[in-house]
Amino acid sequence: MPRIRVEVDGATYEDEVEPRLLLVHYLRERLGKVGTPVGCDTSNCGACTVLMDGMSVKSCSVLAVQADGSDVTTVEGLGIDGTPHPMQRAFHEEHALQCGYCTPGMIMASLDLLRENADPSEEEVRDGLEGNLCRCTGYQNIVKAVRRAAGEMRDPAEQEVTP
Amino acid sequence: MTVQEGDAVTTQEVGSPRKRSEDARLITGRTRWTDNMTPAGTLHMAFVRSPHAHARITRVDTSQAKGRPGVVAVFSGADLAEEQGSLPCAWVVTEDMKHPEHPPMAVNEVRYVGEPVACVVARDKYAAVDALEEIDIDYEPLPAVVDMDAALADGADLVHEDLGTNKSYTWVFENGDLDAAMRDAPVVIEREYIQQRLIPTAMEPRSVLCVPEDEDYTLYSATQIPHILRLMLATVTGIPEHRLRVVAPDVGGGFGSKLQVYGEEVLALLIARRLGRPVKWTESRSEGNMTVHHGRDQIQRLTLAAERDGRIRGLKVNLLADMGAYLMLVTPGIPLLGAFMFNGIYKMDALSFTCTGVFTTKTPTDAYRGAGRPEATFAIERLMDELAAELGIDAIEVRRRNWIAHEEFPYETIAGLTYDTGNYEAATDKALELFEYDKLRAEQADRRERQDPVQLGIGVSTFTEMCGLAPSRVLGSLSYGAGGWEHASVRVLPSGKVEVVTGSSPHGQGHATAWAQIAADRLGVPWEDVKVLHGDTAISPKGMDTYGSRSLAVGGVALYSACEKVVDKARKVAAHLLEASEQDLDFSGGRFSVRGVQQEGKTIQEVALAAFAAHDLPEGIEPSLDSDATFDPENFSFPHGTHLCATEVDTETGMVKIRKYVAVDDVGTVVNPLIVEGQVHGGLAQGIAQALYEEAVYDTEGNLTTTTMADYLIPSAADLPAFTTDRTETPATSNPLGVKGVGEAGTIASTPAVVNAIVDALRPHGVNDVQMPCTPERVWRALRGEAKPRAAEPGAGGGLGSAGGDQ
Repeated sequence: MPRIRVEVDGATYEDEVEPRLLLVHYLRERLGKVGTPVGCDTSNCGACTVLMDGMSVKSCSVLAVQADGSDVTTVEGLGIDGTPHPMQRAFHEEHALQCGYCTPGMIMASLDLLRENADPSEEEVRDGLEGNLCRCTGYQNIVKAVRRAAGEMRDPAEQEVTP
Repeated sequence: MTVQEGDAVTTQEVGSPRKRSEDARLITGRTRWTDNMTPAGTLHMAFVRSPHAHARITRVDTSQAKGRPGVVAVFSGADLAEEQGSLPCAWVVTEDMKHPEHPPMAVNEVRYVGEPVACVVARDKYAAVDALEEIDIDYEPLPAVVDMDAALADGADLVHEDLGTNKSYTWVFENGDLDAAMRDAPVVIEREYIQQRLIPTAMEPRSVLCVPEDEDYTLYSATQIPHILRLMLATVTGIPEHRLRVVAPDVGGGFGSKLQVYGEEVLALLIARRLGRPVKWTESRSEGNMTVHHGRDQIQRLTLAAERDGRIRGLKVNLLADMGAYLMLVTPGIPLLGAFMFNGIYKMDALSFTCTGVFTTKTPTDAYRGAGRPEATFAIERLMDELAAELGIDAIEVRRRNWIAHEEFPYETIAGLTYDTGNYEAATDKALELFEYDKLRAEQADRRERQDPVQLGIGVSTFTEMCGLAPSRVLGSLSYGAGGWEHASVRVLPSGKVEVVTGSSPHGQGHATAWAQIAADRLGVPWEDVKVLHGDTAISPKGMDTYGSRSLAVGGVALYSACEKVVDKARKVAAHLLEASEQDLDFSGGRFSVRGVQQEGKTIQEVALAAFAAHDLPEGIEPSLDSDATFDPENFSFPHGTHLCATEVDTETGMVKIRKYVAVDDVGTVVNPLIVEGQVHGGLAQGIAQALYEEAVYDTEGNLTTTTMADYLIPSAADLPAFTTDRTETPATSNPLGVKGVGEAGTIASTPAVVNAIVDALRPHGVNDVQMPCTPERVWRALRGEAKPRAAEPGAGGGLGSAGGDQ
């Protein structure tokens, strides 16, 4: 079996894995990183989104062997210094989650969205999150949360985003 | 919210937009989804499922699979036939209802694609799935039954041969003289509407983990109903109820789909018992789309009679409701929940409702957000727009001429319900103002005048619904198998902190936050000092769980009553400690004080500690403030509201764009406006999705062609508009909190608002209906006057184009 070396949320792992093992199953079942959930089997829902070398990927569509040598960040790797990440905080402040199942993927995809566009309009957020499905919120508060976090991340002192 | 009452300033929790206490673990990934739990030694299950809509099973050979590495056991339906029982249906709607056996795993015959036929138990998920390939099953195909009208025709192929018919039941409700209402009616409108089949699609797939311990079993499940599930598992398997514990840990949405007793839950329990080891099963989405119960799926044949001035005389409703292949927990009752809602908010002299439940070789249907009420609301709100068009009256005005005026409440409707309160005028006026109705009508006229290829339509939905399920005596009169009460208990700990135990079972709603708000207010303790416990039958022993927008209106009121009992107990102890009579004590802001001597007092925390120490209690008082209460509502609650939708419809491409959506809802007193608004947003998204995007499509062979999220279109952020939401607040009089429930309102109201808007845009082109979901192709065809496509024909579904019917 191939041997891989992956850094996940700041820790390094070396493991032998079946070539067909999906990254999300590696995270959940080998590393116990169950904070990243699985919502579908066709890469439509985005619940399993993580960052691989800073770019968002749907971890159900990446093989663990493809992550060899990569730096993976899951939702569990955010705010590990004890301070919640501005994106996590914004989701809470704006009531951008209900059941919370899509939330890890939404947060990670939103971070990638802001990497490309630090100040997205409402429409840009909607388009940018098209690959992440939520069944509870109707997205309105998610859009608000992402724009609020964008404001805080651009200027940490700034507390509010003007609509 | 800070409220000034005389001299005392108290902080009021109810009504305040508390941010949710649930969020902390959900935004950090420290979650407890069922699939996250894998106790040592856990085995994993995988199922072989029927590829046929209908077939006889002639042979199941599991021997090859048993020899695969990592495989611990393989079971066919026959292997479990002696112990697996039949899945329950708790709603026998008529005495002669046909009610077939429903084995958790098929034994002799399969009746829908996806029905479980055999099961592998292996040391990991991959090994289990690999071994499925090695199971050899022979089927003898039987005819698929996919069309309800055809299923009822003489000589039709039968889903259940032994029943001799595909008709499960016919249920009738009549009030008033319908013949008189129809006779010589100046206006008669006849329509047929199709409520397409939907897949609820909670984001968390179903998952179940059963952990055996001697003769006891703990079943973790992604369920809305841990209490009902426990009782039903005991009933189905014969395992004594007190040996079963059911836990609903973090549950990722339900929308009715997890209000069910699923075969996989029963099988996990039985196989854990057989093997003496924990067993787990988590469905894939494709598996789930085929096997999680579906929603809606009705053909509605409607006749509305009215006067020339628009006043309704009577309404005749004839429904065919697709049960699917079997009757599950409340399958036959779902359309009946709509029976009393076809009159909506309107006065009329006669209502006749007939519903026939029909078996087909499809996945069983059951509750999906709104459950019967969205279908009814769609019918009446679409008909009101048709009536307005027929008479050339404004759609709002025709409603005004028929609705119950606010001074007429309480009002007994033609369906026999008593609406306790409402103010349709206030909600409508507010909605019209937010929507800028006149301005949009002017723009519509202008676009019509200019023959703009993009036409503007305005859709109205002035809805009500019945929720807060439910008064037990009403459920009894409808032959439902259980009551509709809810339970709560309150424990005041020695340190003055409070534990609330609720029988409601949240799966995203925010009960932990809102219930703490209610308790904090009633007990006068800080919100942070209240912990809400739920979702585990060992912790919350009594409950009827969460569905039907019932949690607040029933469970929240039970909590309110339990808090009152705590205060009553505390008052006795406080009076003793303060050497005053109970009558002379005031209780405010968590403190008992002697009237007129404000400085003399005891806080509820001090009283709790005194009760715990029990050193000095009054005679006959037990050392505890803990209390519980069970609330059984006297009536349903009736949220209402006015939703207005403006759509831009491209007459060249058929594309529909929602330009503006205004929802003014009246859900009574609001405990947490943040949560209420979130519920409305999510409800709107699902209702709009029925209007525009979603449909479970079966081909003529009975194959589900929308098994993935690529084919079954759950809307994304890019597909939905921003909503304008607001509220009017007319407290319910049926409970002391004045609350009504909000979980389903948005879904119920929005579907007809959207379709009305589309039809309104196209009416000058001679269009009076577009079948849902109103895809560009269907809108385009409707514009060209082509016959409406029926299910299983092109135009249904969408996605990657794999939902095209015959394949």
